Amino acid sequence: MTEPIHRSARSARRPPLLLIVLAVLGAAVFVVPLVGLLSRSPWSRLPELLTGDIALEALRLSFVASLGATAISALLGVPLAWVLARVEFPGRAVVRGLVLLPLVLPPVVGGAALLFALGRRGLFGEPLYEATGLVLPFSTWGVVVATTFVAMPFLVITVEGALRNLDPRFEGAAASLGAGRWTVLRRVTLPMIGPSLAAGLVLTWARALGEFGATITFAGNLQGRTQTLPLAVYIALETDRDTAVALSLVMVVISLVVLVSLRERWWKVL
Amino acid sequence: MTRSEGLDAHLIVSTRDGFSLDVSLSLSPGRTIALLGPNGAGKSTVVAALAGLVPLEEGCITLNGRTLDDPARGVFAAPEDRGIGVVFQDYVLFPHLTVAQNVEFGLRSRGITRSDARDDAMTWMRRLGLDAFADRKPRRLSGGQAQRVALARALITEPDLLLLDEPLAALDATTRVHLRRTLADHLGQFAGPRLLITHDPTEAFLLADEIHVIEDGRVTQIGTPEDIRLRPRTPYIADLAGSNLVRGIAEEGTVMVGDHRLHVADTHIAGPVLAAIHPRAVVVHVKQPGGSPRNTWEGSVERIEHYGDRVRLQTDGPIPITAEVTPDALDALSIEEGSAVWISIKATEITVTPD
Repeated sequence: MTEPIHRSARSARRPPLLLIVLAVLGAAVFVVPLVGLLSRSPWSRLPELLTGDIALEALRLSFVASLGATAISALLGVPLAWVLARVEFPGRAVVRGLVLLPLVLPPVVGGAALLFALGRRGLFGEPLYEATGLVLPFSTWGVVVATTFVAMPFLVITVEGALRNLDPRFEGAAASLGAGRWTVLRRVTLPMIGPSLAAGLVLTWARALGEFGATITFAGNLQGRTQTLPLAVYIALETDRDTAVALSLVMVVISLVVLVSLRERWWKVL
Repeated sequence: MTRSEGLDAHLIVSTRDGFSLDVSLSLSPGRTIALLGPNGAGKSTVVAALAGLVPLEEGCITLNGRTLDDPARGVFAAPEDRGIGVVFQDYVLFPHLTVAQNVEFGLRSRGITRSDARDDAMTWMRRLGLDAFADRKPRRLSGGQAQRVALARALITEPDLLLLDEPLAALDATTRVHLRRTLADHLGQFAGPRLLITHDPTEAFLLADEIHVIEDGRVTQIGTPEDIRLRPRTPYIADLAGSNLVRGIAEEGTVMVGDHRLHVADTHIAGPVLAAIHPRAVVVHVKQPGGSPRNTWEGSVERIEHYGDRVRLQTDGPIPITAEVTPDALDALSIEEGSAVWISIKATEITVTPD
């Protein structure tokens, strides 16, 4: 009498075979390219490859540009997130949509749009050039601008989500205790969304580090000036495969470190 | 009539979902007013309006002679500028700060130096028995400790008004009974006016000098706890607040109320207790009842009050008590004010809680 119950309970615990096969294939989509990359790695020559001129300059430029983009994103993105979360104004949904657009837009299109807006003959680029002599395309600043355009949405949505989830009574309690608006922001709001803010910054930085399409379209591919790690990998694939693989490995390791350090927080905020 | 000391407020606010609040409050120092009402009656809107988190549409708020909000004159004091200490529902302690940092928050926000603020915070923490938890984060506190932190955090700024929003609702039943008593002591230490927002009639009866009952955005009755209990004016008050509440000393299944012995079902409870008896559980007879009820005494009908489909009889006797009957039953008994009656109550209908 107990036997059939026992058996059905056991079979219920075993997932269907077809599902397992499909799941393994699904995982293979992610694992196979990585294995391919690792199989081609010139392990013994790595130190030498990563200290070559092209590699060093690309590494330096990538770090400078991605950190610059992250800093600008923090400076402008946190206030933008705050306004989107806390201020009701007509067209808020439209603004939010525009902010998120770079997440789904092909980066090449973003780069082209930046060129039309900020290029030397662009709508805003021309007066900028006439006033200051600054030309964004094909400059390191151009890399920073392109990267910020693509990466800042990650910070905005993460911080906006955190602000929306923050019980407004905490800020009300702080105000009732005599804290002015800046004190509330500094001592209550920002510390309470701290983990999300950190996650957003790391995500933004990681996305900035990997930016390719908008950068190459808007800033071009000049070694030492606009050639970041992904661009260097792309070019090296044609000429120096071992360097391309070595640089790719650097990016894989950085991405893995970011994901492991964020762990489940990433899923929570997105 | 204007009064310089205490709170004078006429709050008119309407919210987007069509709810409108129109409540007047007048509160002098050293007194506790309870705003008692069901969920959705507008209690939290009162808190928000007084604290400055929601502006008034009409009316005015004056605290110690200073106008905090007066739309007609274009006056609005920011929340940080009101001198109102709030103990929020669920306490709303800052989770990223320690107990000491929570307590000193109000002083630090006013630009007082860290060491001076810490000295003051230590004094308050000692006063409320919190010094051992100074470095703990709020999530590691019990409900009672969290409540005291919230009180210390509000009182350290020496507010002109203390606002307590459901200060006991976050606690389990046993802790609530215990903390009701200590809260009364803490409230006594605050010299200014105190406004207690609650949905719990017992809390209002025991902590307040005066009760304002709020229903659907309007005050429906104002009175002392005694008034509200004995002469409820609306069905809500009668149902929730209109319970008979007597104090006594419990021992082995009885409660001594003055000289009279009440038999109760709880045989374990001992010491000072509150016995609650719903008026519907009080049975009125014209002749001495036979049978089993052991709580029986003779009394007289002092007042008869009709409201809707119910009638309340306020009786006098060894234990003055209110009974509720239907109008039909009243006719059948042919009782009028002054009639002699017999009262009986089943032991199982008496709820006993520690006082």
